[in-house]
Amino acid sequence: MLNQFTISELTARLASREVSARDATQACLDQVARVDGRLHAFISHNPADALAQAEAADREIAAGVTKPLLGVPIAIKDVLAVKNQPLNCASKILGDFISPYDATVIEKLKAAGAIVFGRLNMDEFAMGSSTENSAFGLTRNPWDMTCIPGGSSGGSAAAVAADECIASLGSDTGGSIRQPAALCGCVGLKPTYGRVSRYGLVAFASSLDQIGPFTKDVRDSATLLGVLSGLDPRDSTSVPQPVPDYTKSLTGDIRGLKLGLPKEYMIGGLAPEVKAAVDAAVKKFQELGAEIVEISLPHTDYAVATYYIIATAEASANLARFDGIRYGARVDGADPIELYSRTRGAGFGPEVKRRIILGTYVLSSGYHDAYYLHAQKVRTLIRNDFLKAFEHVDAIVTPTTPTAAFKAGEKSDDPLQMYLSDIFTISCNLAGICGVSVPCGFTQNPRLPLGLQLLGKPFGEESLLRLAHAYEQSTPWHKEKPAI
Amino acid sequence: MASAEIDVKYVAHLARLALTPEEEKKLSAQLGNILGYIEKLRELDVSSVEPTAHATPMVNVTRADEIRPSLPHEEALRNAPKQAGGLFVVPKIVE
Repeated sequence: MLNQFTISELTARLASREVSARDATQACLDQVARVDGRLHAFISHNPADALAQAEAADREIAAGVTKPLLGVPIAIKDVLAVKNQPLNCASKILGDFISPYDATVIEKLKAAGAIVFGRLNMDEFAMGSSTENSAFGLTRNPWDMTCIPGGSSGGSAAAVAADECIASLGSDTGGSIRQPAALCGCVGLKPTYGRVSRYGLVAFASSLDQIGPFTKDVRDSATLLGVLSGLDPRDSTSVPQPVPDYTKSLTGDIRGLKLGLPKEYMIGGLAPEVKAAVDAAVKKFQELGAEIVEISLPHTDYAVATYYIIATAEASANLARFDGIRYGARVDGADPIELYSRTRGAGFGPEVKRRIILGTYVLSSGYHDAYYLHAQKVRTLIRNDFLKAFEHVDAIVTPTTPTAAFKAGEKSDDPLQMYLSDIFTISCNLAGICGVSVPCGFTQNPRLPLGLQLLGKPFGEESLLRLAHAYEQSTPWHKEKPAI
Repeated sequence: MASAEIDVKYVAHLARLALTPEEEKKLSAQLGNILGYIEKLRELDVSSVEPTAHATPMVNVTRADEIRPSLPHEEALRNAPKQAGGLFVVPKIVE
């Protein structure tokens, strides 16, 4: 089953001509055809285009060309621009939009030889934690079809877990890579803010958004991060930090590294099975030679409230561009104001409307200082908690989520409960640091994957991946596949 | 909580977002609940704390002010809901 390969397994076999890119791509397309009617990880995909790219890759391989991702099929969250492909952000408001250009990360994937295919389902405009807020219908969890895959990058996680692609890209504003990766049993990395260019990523909350990979193991995550990272003049928040070969940091040797265990993360709502899995992971890190240090992140309890002010404020401004004038769907009106209002009222789904209203409110005259400015100050406290902790530890270990995947429909009528499911992942974006989720076990009945979150210093991806890799390689979890 | 009295109709007007009366009612209740939760930030004294707008270490990023290749005209118009004569068509703004 070629579609089950990791990037490193596939590229080795492509290089030795044991398999062709066409066969690997066909295997992914066959898997999509077999399972996606039930799973619905993809909003759309173009098999002929994917196969044409694969054949071009095979010709390059035959000519002796070497590139890090040559012939590797990688699927894309529906929030990233891929030239001449649809871009909907899982919303009705973009109508039949076709991207006129490639996002920087897509340019980089193509330059590295990847086969870029498919539009992966998500919560509309990346707003949600379950992929239930999609105008194209919900995605299911490959481990249990009655459960959600997490969100907002639920399609990206489900497609990797179900071997419909070799790897995928998603975006993470408050946990939208790490949380679905945890709930679907794959590896999800949110790079440090500024590590990866956001050019061509439809903006949700510009100071929090970051693009990252979903992969079947940590080595692939390191490989993809190396391809995606780097300064981009088209994103003024990208950083001119050199891009190392992240796979070189995967030495397996973590002796002497210090891991912080924040006492505030062992909260009441934490499921006993999650706590047991994290405790076991901490023991494993100790066996591997890491030192565990109890730390405190005293403002943890304020992160969700801070996030839902800052993220919605930024979203309300960013989503102002969807007004029915230059692109997307339009509902006519007698004057421009009526046209905007009708277009937006008809085009946005309930969660997006909720966040636009909340964000507009916290920025509105008389409330700006009380909500938005106040939240930005609390953000400073949250960031300082982390920077202080990182004076003493190399990384921080936490659960990725308080529970395993929940049932579809369980939280969809209670937005606040849905927001609170992001409690462990949100601080990372507010602080602008990096984080990764790796599989760390399963619940008993039903058998659902659990994720361990490691948080690293700004631009500390090398230590982060070294720790994640050492843990992964000493545990069996990442090798298990859902029966789908 | 006082904040539960969010005037959804007014805020929706600011956001240029047409809502049905049912949506207004539902949003009002949900946002009251969320704002009630957000009130917990008031517990913190932040009077001496500087705000964080973003976490990038970059400041004042500039580039040379020069003409560079950009999207061709017809490409930029390709996704327009209504166009004519190489322009976006909009409702009349000025009488």
